[in-house]
Amino acid sequence: MTDALKRPHLRNPILPLRLPTLPPAARSRAALGLSAAIAEGRFDLQTCHDCGQVQYPPRDACANCLSVRLTWKPVSGRGELISETLLHHSNELYYRERVPLRLGLVRLAEGVTMLTHLHGDCPKANADAPPPVRVRAHLDKAGQATLIALPATDTPNMADDRMLREMTSDPKFRKVLVTDGKSATGQALVKAFVDAGADIVWAGVAEPWKQPPGFDAIAKLPKVTIVPLELTDGRSVEELAGSIGGKVDILVNNAEFHRNHGIADRRGVESARAEMDINYFGLMRLAQSFGPALRARAAEGSVPATAWVNILSIYALSALPGQGTFSASKAAAFSLSQTLRAEMRSAGIRVVNVFPGPIDDEWNQLVPPPKLAPAALAKSVVKALQDGVEDIYPGDVAQDLFAKWRESAKVLEREMWDQ
Amino acid sequence: MSTSETPAQVLSGITDALASQRLRVIDLSQTLSPRFPQIVLPPEFDQCAPFRMEEISRYDERGPAWYWNNISFGEHTGTHFDAPIHWITGRHLPNGATDALPPQSFIAPACVVDCSAQAAENPDFLLTVDRLRAWEVRHGRIPAGSWLLMRTDWSKRTDPVAYQNFDETGQHTPGPDVAAVEFLVHERGVLGFGSETIGTDAGQAAHFRPPYPCHAIMHGNGRLGLQCLCNLDLLPPTRAIVIAAPLKILNGSGSPVRAIALVEG
Repeated sequence: MTDALKRPHLRNPILPLRLPTLPPAARSRAALGLSAAIAEGRFDLQTCHDCGQVQYPPRDACANCLSVRLTWKPVSGRGELISETLLHHSNELYYRERVPLRLGLVRLAEGVTMLTHLHGDCPKANADAPPPVRVRAHLDKAGQATLIALPATDTPNMADDRMLREMTSDPKFRKVLVTDGKSATGQALVKAFVDAGADIVWAGVAEPWKQPPGFDAIAKLPKVTIVPLELTDGRSVEELAGSIGGKVDILVNNAEFHRNHGIADRRGVESARAEMDINYFGLMRLAQSFGPALRARAAEGSVPATAWVNILSIYALSALPGQGTFSASKAAAFSLSQTLRAEMRSAGIRVVNVFPGPIDDEWNQLVPPPKLAPAALAKSVVKALQDGVEDIYPGDVAQDLFAKWRESAKVLEREMWDQ
Repeated sequence: MSTSETPAQVLSGITDALASQRLRVIDLSQTLSPRFPQIVLPPEFDQCAPFRMEEISRYDERGPAWYWNNISFGEHTGTHFDAPIHWITGRHLPNGATDALPPQSFIAPACVVDCSAQAAENPDFLLTVDRLRAWEVRHGRIPAGSWLLMRTDWSKRTDPVAYQNFDETGQHTPGPDVAAVEFLVHERGVLGFGSETIGTDAGQAAHFRPPYPCHAIMHGNGRLGLQCLCNLDLLPPTRAIVIAAPLKILNGSGSPVRAIALVEG
């Protein structure tokens, strides 16, 4: 059984900071398909369209019939552990810091055999009577696919396994900044992180003279500290970073400005500018002020800095004409987040993008249901961090639109005209 | 200065008096800072931008030998000036914009009515005609063409939350009532009205009849506004001269100002 994660010791300030290293990141183009599926929370392997054979590792042609018609399809992950070894040496800096590594060969129900990390609670391999295991596909610190075999059934403190934690960003004992603690989503996020065992939740507050209902109760929760944060003011962002930037382990940017305006049917750009100023430039100000310290602390101690979460919108992918300016600002933020992800990758900080459909708040009053409850959004964010997922599409509308977008962005664009 | 003095003697008399501090300059402006709160409209309306500054360079790779900022703000940000075209009642008045106003209106005497004790007791305190008449009994008739400045010491509320003073029924800040504005405009012919709060009107003035009298009636009659003033407690009730020149913004409805006052030393 896994030892429960302990509250980290305070850092010894005279010892050098442990610098982040990455596992080898080079992948073939075919192998990137595996990483891409994992990023969205799926475990897919290639299946041959002609003979049905499942492929592993990913390749360009079927290992059985040489067909190039390979399609990515979900696999169960069920398998059996046929052998294992303990790796004591590696020339890779990342693995040198983490040996010994328990590795094993797992034969999946789909017929392929794969080399995986072994969770500490996996039973000993036995070639004669191989024990059942569940293979999980995860992103490693380099943002690429890696595999870990878990015991067939859950064990106590399973998430606290040393290797599994390399692949996830559990908020437990972590220090979290929620950039807007006042909004409906902000209040729900703050509460969800407190419930998930975060050590500190900083709740950002802009324009403190506006006090929304419910905020008092959130501010009084244990572990919650209110901090001033105006995303439209670079100095405010810098000053907060100067105060807590060296402590934040997870940054959740949920601050947004949201109006229900189209493009050509209303005069002026000031509301649109306000949306861009918070939704896009605000994110950029945060990245410049908080990014460097987050990256520097990505290997600090047992609970290092780990993730950056952006609350975007499904309309970042395909604009909702009735919320045209909002959609555009979220599309800009989405594009920014892709660069941020590329920049954070060098330290293994995971950038999680959240693409909700309409949230059940005051800015979507006339949007018909289903709408995503703020608490449901918050829950899915915490789960994405615990599961180590990179992109999530919480709620029915987001799931539906994302599926349609994958199928044909042009078809969806036309469907959005009447939404 | 007697009427026998030539204009040249008047001007040199002022510079001499400033140099010898027989005349002093009082700064009536708040610092233009991102921290200073801006006016809040209901969220369905477009909002006035707060003051913001972004560094262009600071002796670095973006500009090695110089420091400078790009600044942005709404016309009604910080200590600012309201021109008559700010309000719909003043929209057709000639020369009602910041660039068209006669510059002479930027220098005028001020009457300062001290309402600080009342405002401390009641944030919704309203300045009435009775109070203005009582002030006149002590200090003389309010001269035409002068600023009427309402001192409330509101500018001493350095906490933005206390300065805005919102609750669930809106903002609670002092200002003039409807009759007082009518009196100042039609019976005294003031140049304009100045306040220490975020607007010339009281926080609850949306519920007055007419709403926002200090905007509707003042601007409808070509009068001006100054708000977010400070240091009114350093001004005498009469004889101060206020210098408040808005930026010469093309068809501007208002402008941040560096308002100052000349007072006896």
